[in-house]
Amino acid sequence: MFESLSEKLDRSFKILKGQGKITEINVSETLKEVRKALLDADVSYKIAKQFTDEVKERALGQNVLTAISPGQLMIKIVHDNLTELMGGEHTDINIKGDPAIILIAGLQGSGKTTFSAKLANYLKQKKGKRPLLVAGDVYRPAAINQLQVLGNTIDVEVYTEEGSMEPVKIARNSINHAKANGYNVVIVDTAGRLAIDEQMMDEISSIKEALKPQETLFVVDAMTGQDAVNTAKAFHDRLNFEGVVLTKLDGDTRGGAALTIKAVVSKPIKFVGIGEKIDALDVFYPKRMADRILGMGDIVSLVEKAQEQFDEQEARKLQKKIAKDQFNFNDFLAQIKQIKKMGNVKDLMSMIPGMGKAIKNLDIDDDAFKHVEAIIYSMTPSERDNPKIINGSRRKRIALGSGTDIQEVNRLIKQFDETRRMMKMMTTSGGKGMMKMMQNMQGAKR
Amino acid sequence: MGLFDFFSKKKKEQLNEGLEMTKKSVFSKITKAIAGKSKVDDEVLDNLEEILVTSDVGVTTTLKIIERIEARVARDKYLGADELNSILKEEIAALLSENDSDSISGFDFPKMEVPYVIMVVGVNGVGKTTTIGKLAYQFKMAGKSVLLGAADTFRAAAVDQLTIWSERVDVPLISQGMGADPASVAYDTLKSAVANKADVVIIDTAGRLHNKINLMNELTKIKNVMKKIIPEAPQEILLILDASTGQNAIEQAKQFTAATEVNALALTKLDGTAKGGVVIGISDQFKIPVKYIGIGEKKEDLQLFDKFEFVDSLFSQE
Repeated sequence: MFESLSEKLDRSFKILKGQGKITEINVSETLKEVRKALLDADVSYKIAKQFTDEVKERALGQNVLTAISPGQLMIKIVHDNLTELMGGEHTDINIKGDPAIILIAGLQGSGKTTFSAKLANYLKQKKGKRPLLVAGDVYRPAAINQLQVLGNTIDVEVYTEEGSMEPVKIARNSINHAKANGYNVVIVDTAGRLAIDEQMMDEISSIKEALKPQETLFVVDAMTGQDAVNTAKAFHDRLNFEGVVLTKLDGDTRGGAALTIKAVVSKPIKFVGIGEKIDALDVFYPKRMADRILGMGDIVSLVEKAQEQFDEQEARKLQKKIAKDQFNFNDFLAQIKQIKKMGNVKDLMSMIPGMGKAIKNLDIDDDAFKHVEAIIYSMTPSERDNPKIINGSRRKRIALGSGTDIQEVNRLIKQFDETRRMMKMMTTSGGKGMMKMMQNMQGAKR
Repeated sequence: MGLFDFFSKKKKEQLNEGLEMTKKSVFSKITKAIAGKSKVDDEVLDNLEEILVTSDVGVTTTLKIIERIEARVARDKYLGADELNSILKEEIAALLSENDSDSISGFDFPKMEVPYVIMVVGVNGVGKTTTIGKLAYQFKMAGKSVLLGAADTFRAAAVDQLTIWSERVDVPLISQGMGADPASVAYDTLKSAVANKADVVIIDTAGRLHNKINLMNELTKIKNVMKKIIPEAPQEILLILDASTGQNAIEQAKQFTAATEVNALALTKLDGTAKGGVVIGISDQFKIPVKYIGIGEKKEDLQLFDKFEFVDSLFSQE
């Protein structure tokens, strides 16, 4: 996500490398680069300045005390400050209350409706809640429809009032509806509005007053520029929101908005949107994000993601099979499915330390496994069960059937054999095995 | 046609209203920066840097503008603060590209042999569909027959949204519903436009992030399919940029241009506090003109962009 910024910081730190100690002169050159990188990343002008001033102070104060290289020291100082700026520890969403009420607010096009549906899905799937979605955007054409379609796909009821132009009333009625029907979380989507639109800001204040929500979440586009600060502040002044949602972080934006918003409104970023799929929602971890900015990778989220999709029983079965040398193409296919469930391959790869830069210009897409799957699907059931029987003529047939060529089939079978051998050798947990295999698969693709 | 013909008094008021926030903040800062000074010194240039960067102009373009001003200061030695405004206007206006002669420059244009096809592209949530509704309204008001193509078949209720706009501004719409192949919708729309001798065709597409290679390839395919019906279509590929977007807009312009040869920009949501300064660098770097600006949610809230008006509204003293 933040590759570009970490690259820039990387480069600016190189200026420091090879220098004996941090002096006013060499630090100011580096900080100029850091500041430019932050501004290029859309960090607010004032925050960027404040940030570099703080870093400078810390750097100059510490240089005589430590023996490590100035570059390392600077990385640590910038990293610590970055983490601090982005919000310290992770704060969970408050869903206490019966029903718990969550109000969604933000500018036009920031992704409120998509986020509302993702949040409902998250609370339903991961927190075991019974959410109700409320269509409070009565202005934008087809906004209600949009929420209904999304609600349908995740099987969550959407409360609407046909023809009503009174969002405050709709919101109030929806709570009664939730109480009567046993919903324990109510998520109220609202129309996008500009912070300077008095009438619309009055409206959302009234909704908040009427609902007294546990959480008001401010949804903001990660690509937002310098205006993020103004808008966040204006919404905060009116709504005193509890948290921020950063959307469209799957783009290549450097996401400076993430660095500043917390600093300006002192509220945590609670979720990030990372794709158009309904489960493309993640909680925000400031420290990990700082790691990421500095190119230290995000191995923790990768492991967590793997664990989430990981079925222990299946894994035990698989382990037995591997031990008995019975691992076959059906199992291989099941593994691919599991990896795909974890999300976008490029995203996953970028979380591995050191990979961020390596894959930046690599074309890895969601269809990375398409050819592999096509080849396996072109095998007969007995070939999948017992790969040993796949001889030359069978390979030819498989290549034809899958629209690939014989070399590609050969490569896959070779890769499969290697994977099988490797898996047998491994005594580590299934999660790690999957990662290892994923790396192998990528090798096969290239 | 004169430069300011597009801006009737009412339109001008609307634009000024929309840009009021921009103007207020930028101008008050500039005034502060030059107050009590008779020449442009380092402090003024520092303040100028802050003003431009906080308007999303970006570090690179800001430095470019400042360099140009410094060069002029060096040449004209004692440059008065009063002159700073006009110089700024000139320098910024010089960075904004002109329309090329092939594309239409207004809503009222002479009858063409084939329909004028506008393909609308952009990332998610910038206001593509809304801009299309407003464009359709403007062309219709200019007496053109307009046809819309609902090729955003992906986002939930996107077709419904465009349908409502088509009813609101009373122009026909070609749709195959949700989930249909967008290239096929575009093909059908152009076929129908030719058969019905439409003047303007506007094709909506699904919002997509520019770093998703598959989705960008899909866009190229939609564009290419249209050529089977009208070889020169789409004559206009309009990239919609949200005024509140920061430096990432440059990357958007780069990737969308690579996939579809964008030749016009529209800047939306200029009625908010966002300044949209990033278009200056984009227009300069890619030589793509800004053609339209969006300044509200109503059907009439779209205007032709005029760089002198735009820059003037940013810096004019009232």
